[in-house]
Amino acid sequence: MAACSVEDVLAKAERDEAERLKSISVVKELELEFDVGNLLALDKNPVELRGRSQDREELLRALARDNVQLLVNEIWKLPAERTDDVLVVKLPEASTKLPREKPLPKVRPPTKWEQFAKLKGIQKKKKTNLVWDEVHKEWRRRWGYKRAKDDTKEWLIEVPETADPSEDQFAKRNKAKKERVAKNEFNRLRNIARASKTPVAGLGLAPRAQQSKSELAQAVSVARTSTASVGKFQDRLPKEKAPRHTGKKRKFQPLLGDFGNEKQKQLEMLKVMETKKPRLDVTKAVNKQLREDEEEEGRTRRKKGSGKKGDRGKRGAAGGKGKGAKGSKGGKGARSTKGKGRGPHMKQGKR
Amino acid sequence: MAHLDGVVKPKTKRSKRFLDHRAPKLLENSKNAMIMKGGNTSETVTQALKDIVIKIPFSFITNLLLLFLSQEFFSKKTDCSLFLFGSHNKKRPNNLVFGRMFDFHVLDMFEMGIEKFTALKNIKNEKCAEGTKPMLIFAGELFDVDNEYSRLRNVLTDFFRGPVVPAVRLAGLEHILHFTAADGKIFMRSYRVLLKKSGCRTPRIELEEIGPSFDFVLRRTHLASDDLYKTAHKQPKGLKPKKKKNISHDTFGTKFGRLHMQKQNLDKLQTRKMKGLRKRRGAVVVENGGTTSPKKIKTQE
Repeated sequence: MAACSVEDVLAKAERDEAERLKSISVVKELELEFDVGNLLALDKNPVELRGRSQDREELLRALARDNVQLLVNEIWKLPAERTDDVLVVKLPEASTKLPREKPLPKVRPPTKWEQFAKLKGIQKKKKTNLVWDEVHKEWRRRWGYKRAKDDTKEWLIEVPETADPSEDQFAKRNKAKKERVAKNEFNRLRNIARASKTPVAGLGLAPRAQQSKSELAQAVSVARTSTASVGKFQDRLPKEKAPRHTGKKRKFQPLLGDFGNEKQKQLEMLKVMETKKPRLDVTKAVNKQLREDEEEEGRTRRKKGSGKKGDRGKRGAAGGKGKGAKGSKGGKGARSTKGKGRGPHMKQGKR
Repeated sequence: MAHLDGVVKPKTKRSKRFLDHRAPKLLENSKNAMIMKGGNTSETVTQALKDIVIKIPFSFITNLLLLFLSQEFFSKKTDCSLFLFGSHNKKRPNNLVFGRMFDFHVLDMFEMGIEKFTALKNIKNEKCAEGTKPMLIFAGELFDVDNEYSRLRNVLTDFFRGPVVPAVRLAGLEHILHFTAADGKIFMRSYRVLLKKSGCRTPRIELEEIGPSFDFVLRRTHLASDDLYKTAHKQPKGLKPKKKKNISHDTFGTKFGRLHMQKQNLDKLQTRKMKGLRKRRGAVVVENGGTTSPKKIKTQE
């Protein structure tokens, strides 16, 4: 009797389960493709629509109901969380590949300072925003409005002995500040221009406090050639020398000239083409090697710097530098004898 | 914002934020749609456009003569990468052009003619709230097999997808757009979902038709070239965008900010001024040896 009832109970349970699932189960020939991240479903089964519009609407609605049921079944399978008496499901990543709106942002190339810092292994030190100003006896900003050490805001400046007594020291400081700001702005724009790869005017064109003769000469030559006819009709000052290295003109040998010379040149070329060994530019190789060594040093210093604490930084850096130099020297010495066919004399660059 | 060698330098923080919002980013904004009416539009087309405006979040509707203003210019101005253009002429009656752009150049365009259209107001049912993220279903083997149709499916997903959300409220899944490709036509129907009790956890679905219903016929198409399509799909190398500090969001999308304050002297904190508690002249002074209770002192002063 007991055995019968257990079987009955089980059978009844199965029937109940089937009843329940009947209401939400849908039979389809082909499975749907789901993209739950986008709440999307694709039904690949062929659709047949009858003629009359009324029937058609009914068919469409039945089809829609089935598809939605399947999609909802999928969504309900996801893990649900309860936040503030609201049931929420976390959606997975969308699987439909949709094109982007705009192209990928370009990685901007490192600025001049960033390149240098990477080479030397200099790391950015986090500085405090406020500095104690002894003069005003309060905490002030490190830079910006009302900063701690603002030399343009001093009310008393001692005239140094070497300076002209009638010179306005305050105006001098203000001018210097303006020049520094302009230089900074110029460098910033130059970095941006380098990033966007537009041609930029070279050095010497930004006015500085002290400009060397070569820089001035370069500025003059650039100014001369920035006319519509590229400086061809530009008059020269009485004592100005003629500009050298004008333009990039190639010199060609005359067609029928020195036969001996021509033969020599062609034989040389053939010899170069024949040899298996690559040609080596000694200075280029040496410079490249030095650069690599410096980068390596910079990297090791960065690693060491990240391990040690700040107060030991200076001593550590000096020690590291010493160690680094010795290490690199030893390394260079060891490496100079190996493979690569380097030149016999190598400059021990860094000290 | 003056142009300096091609570099636009914003003068205010607000304009800088605006430019950053529109600049190409790793994680992109939701796409905006631009809905335009051509020179000659019929009643059907106008009504259809108006109905679709409600469906698509983040859409702008403009009424312009395409002769004078270029569409690329307009999309740059409004930062919209999807467009929908409606027109009507004898050769192509009731025309709708669905299109999308990449880098403000046209990527894909699909011209669909409206054969039959039932407007929102003609279907007398209770509608669902505006701005709910719809579920999309594409039925018919054509959407998978045919190249043009699968591209169309992609474009329609882009249009009607709505903002990308990490999680969704189960009770809020109300709206469903159903596209069927059959008999050379595309039927678009819009339903409201009713979740009925079933025996188990997953509810039983019943549908109620709301919203506009369209019978489209696919006319001309302009698909993007393969390499342009591939360029448009290039994804960043899984870099997470930098999180802004001190900003957090809760589950409803409310934005919370965090302020850091200096230490406040709670003794000198200015609370509400109670006139009765103000110190009056001739107040009782408590002597050193006095043992008056604090309550008493308060009422006296």
